[in-house]
Amino acid sequence: MQRSGFRTVGARIVHVSVLVVFTILLAFPFYWMVIATFKQNIDLYTVENNPFTFNAKPTLDHLRLLFGETQFVRWLGNTALVGALVVVITLLLAVPGAYALARLTGRWGQRLGIGIFLTYLIPPTLLFIPLSRVVALLGLQDTIWSVVLVYPSMTIPFSIWLLMGFFKSIPKELEDAAMVDGLTRFGAFIRMVVPISISGILTVVIFSFTLVTQEFVYALTFISPESNQMVGVGIPIFLVRGDVYFWGSLMAACLITSVPIAVLYNLFLDRFIAGFTVGAVK
Amino acid sequence: MTNRQLGAVMFAPAVLFIILLIGFPFVLAVLYAFSDARIGSTGFHLVGLENFRSILQSPSFRKALQNSIVFTVCAQAIVIVCSTILSMALEKPFRARGLVRLLILLPWVAPVSLGTIGWKWILDSIYSVITWVLIWLHFYKPYSAPMWLGEPRLAMASVILVHCWRLIPFSTVIMLAGRSAIPKEIPEAASIDGAGFWRTLFHITIPMMTPIISVALLFGIVFTFTDMTVVYILTAGGPFDSTQTLPSLAFATGVQGSDLAAGAAISLFLVPVLVAVAYFMLRVAHRAEVV
Amino acid sequence: MAVVETRNLTKVFKEGELGAVNKVSLATREGEFLVFLGPSGSGKTTLLRMIAGLETPTSGEILIGGQVVNHLTPRERRIAMVFQSYALYPHLSVYNNIAFPLKAQKVPREQHRTKVEWAAGLLGIGKLLGRKPRELSGGERQRVALARAIVREPAVFLLDEPLSNLDAKLRASAREELEQFHKSVGTTTIYVTHDQVEAMAMGDRIVVLHQGVVRQIGTPKDVYEDPADTFVATFLGSPPMNLVEFSDVIVGFRPESFLPADLLPGAKHVRFRYKVNYVEYLGAERVLYGAIEGSHFESKEIISRLSWTMPAGYDAGSVHDFAVAESDLRFFDRKTEKRADPRPYPWQ
Repeated sequence: MQRSGFRTVGARIVHVSVLVVFTILLAFPFYWMVIATFKQNIDLYTVENNPFTFNAKPTLDHLRLLFGETQFVRWLGNTALVGALVVVITLLLAVPGAYALARLTGRWGQRLGIGIFLTYLIPPTLLFIPLSRVVALLGLQDTIWSVVLVYPSMTIPFSIWLLMGFFKSIPKELEDAAMVDGLTRFGAFIRMVVPISISGILTVVIFSFTLVTQEFVYALTFISPESNQMVGVGIPIFLVRGDVYFWGSLMAACLITSVPIAVLYNLFLDRFIAGFTVGAVK
Repeated sequence: MTNRQLGAVMFAPAVLFIILLIGFPFVLAVLYAFSDARIGSTGFHLVGLENFRSILQSPSFRKALQNSIVFTVCAQAIVIVCSTILSMALEKPFRARGLVRLLILLPWVAPVSLGTIGWKWILDSIYSVITWVLIWLHFYKPYSAPMWLGEPRLAMASVILVHCWRLIPFSTVIMLAGRSAIPKEIPEAASIDGAGFWRTLFHITIPMMTPIISVALLFGIVFTFTDMTVVYILTAGGPFDSTQTLPSLAFATGVQGSDLAAGAAISLFLVPVLVAVAYFMLRVAHRAEVV
Repeated sequence: MAVVETRNLTKVFKEGELGAVNKVSLATREGEFLVFLGPSGSGKTTLLRMIAGLETPTSGEILIGGQVVNHLTPRERRIAMVFQSYALYPHLSVYNNIAFPLKAQKVPREQHRTKVEWAAGLLGIGKLLGRKPRELSGGERQRVALARAIVREPAVFLLDEPLSNLDAKLRASAREELEQFHKSVGTTTIYVTHDQVEAMAMGDRIVVLHQGVVRQIGTPKDVYEDPADTFVATFLGSPPMNLVEFSDVIVGFRPESFLPADLLPGAKHVRFRYKVNYVEYLGAERVLYGAIEGSHFESKEIISRLSWTMPAGYDAGSVHDFAVAESDLRFFDRKTEKRADPRPYPWQ
């Protein structure tokens, strides 16, 4: 009784410590953002002050500055618009494409699927230089349309991969039954498969949207004017005027933008992971 | 129309898109690397290996190449160890597990640039929170704090730190998925066979998780090796190019410096690593199918 | 070789609800093949897992070889277990699977090869030592699991439904091999199954479990011919025992005891008028489904089994005189469902 008792207690302490240490290390910067958002500048910029407490009264000044005197709201609008458009384009191209690979193409369909998945590995930092010229040539330089055009090239491969897995898990008999009942193959796709796959499609929507909000390289490269910029680039680049960082507003902006995206992403994480693991996890 | 025809039609738009926006630019990148293209000039001549010769001689390039490798290797080593430990701690259900998971995932799910900016201030030379805590613990005297982002070695460590911070949640979640795929009877059989905690961990659990660890590792390598955001925001490659990596150098040269050809040439050095990663991914996928 | 004993063993998973295992007390005999038999949810696997040390009991004691082992981990109990899925280590070769317990118990390396080859030889898998589990058939995997279990020469074997993953044809031959195996090795074995045919064929004694409670412990003959309650009576035997309810007693008789009256001469028997509704022809036997005439019996379906040697002529729709030997009647108390003494026939 003594022996196993100790082992359990010791193990529990280690278990809890590991969790506490990692949670603090990983979540701390966001806690910091919360505090900084509401701390007065005098408090923030006095080196001796304890950073974890409010040494002066909390303030809404940074938020006022952020929403009133910067283009933050405009960036949010830009990002939302681009996000929506990219989602639509992605769905239009990836849903039929994934279905084709899952159902209609047999062996080489599977290989193509993996090939498509691998294009996800081609990073923006490889293609951004030639793409910047393509964008300039098309006259889309400095507009949001540049990224509306380019982002789907990042969302489509992984979305096809995700949806392929999803469609494959739907029993073939459902479509066969629909076709026996009189629908064409394409009709069965639209009327049967798509409605059933709503959760997979939703995953693609969330994935595409969060990718747009997270992207940095292309937005930075293609878009210069402040008012047309995305929020992920606007905040680090334009909320910094010269050498002066408005840290309070900066942290506020980070917080406001990160949290909703984090929540959204979290809801669908299991699906993404399933897609990432390439079938290594059955 | 036959199934195959329908399949081709449904698949064609996506393929076309990918070819036009990934395949074509890739070819263009190679062409640029062998040319003298610059932003603003309209001339375009092929210059053979000239670009490669000059960048290989440049010390910034050499440092960037070295950094890319060092950052990636160090970050992955730390990430794999930490995420293995963390995934073990998260395996069994406990009361606050949902909340803990949410908190732990924040670094990964928040946009890269924003998390990095947060760290930029945490590592600020004057106002760093870490410095404050260290002074409070009397490890340092006031005003003599280290310049986390200003001193070359510390700056490199900071970049690695931010990469690890971002990737640990991602790897942990992948590992958790991998562990849950191990049937619970296997560790039970090991326990009955006489294996203790460590033997079960190293001889049974981890070997069985090899495919999943490979996937986490491969993705981690891609994310670190090809990233320019963290470096750009945190240090802009400084101080004195000590934290420059291949992608950030490519950006600095090609976009900021307008030398498209050199920028393209630098970024092409990413390709061998990506090809290697792709190869190993395929092997993992193939082996997984066989089982 | 050791005796496994449980005393008032209980396992409750959810507070307030009925336990998965309730105050089970039993003891194996040295070297016997003891079967835990019961439907799913009866607690037989939980009981086995507690003996193995994979679940902690809520209360009660487990003894192996006379020693209380509640606080011991599985590796300290000197038991070996074969899981339903065999739980072979997929990344290790057959040889290394079998050698794993030896490595874990720090047996000197020189002895590994001899022991592994001995175990493999015992189960006829010597040729498979280099293969990986995924290259083996179901039957071969089962043998590897057994070899891994036997290589440590444990005091007790625990087997959790090892035949249920095999297809029907294979099951019979695998069953025979297991029986031979037990004969040659002689280790005390506890075998869990829901299949009563397996239990009857293999067990020296059977522990019949239902809802976490032991209903009866006895030899196959005991549990079949002298069931302790109606559950045991109907669980063993297929088709099940016919049970008819009366005001305070339940009367049972097995289908094979319910025969045409003229085939039961001499013995003191009870007669009925039996109308056949439906006949199943199964080759070696015929199963008749029908009803006994008489207001009390009308609603109950009564089954009879006739072997192929008995005459034909008992077709659907016909009515005959059937009878049961008095000694074949079983009485159960209506309230407790437990076995009661014979008493005067309530239908006369």
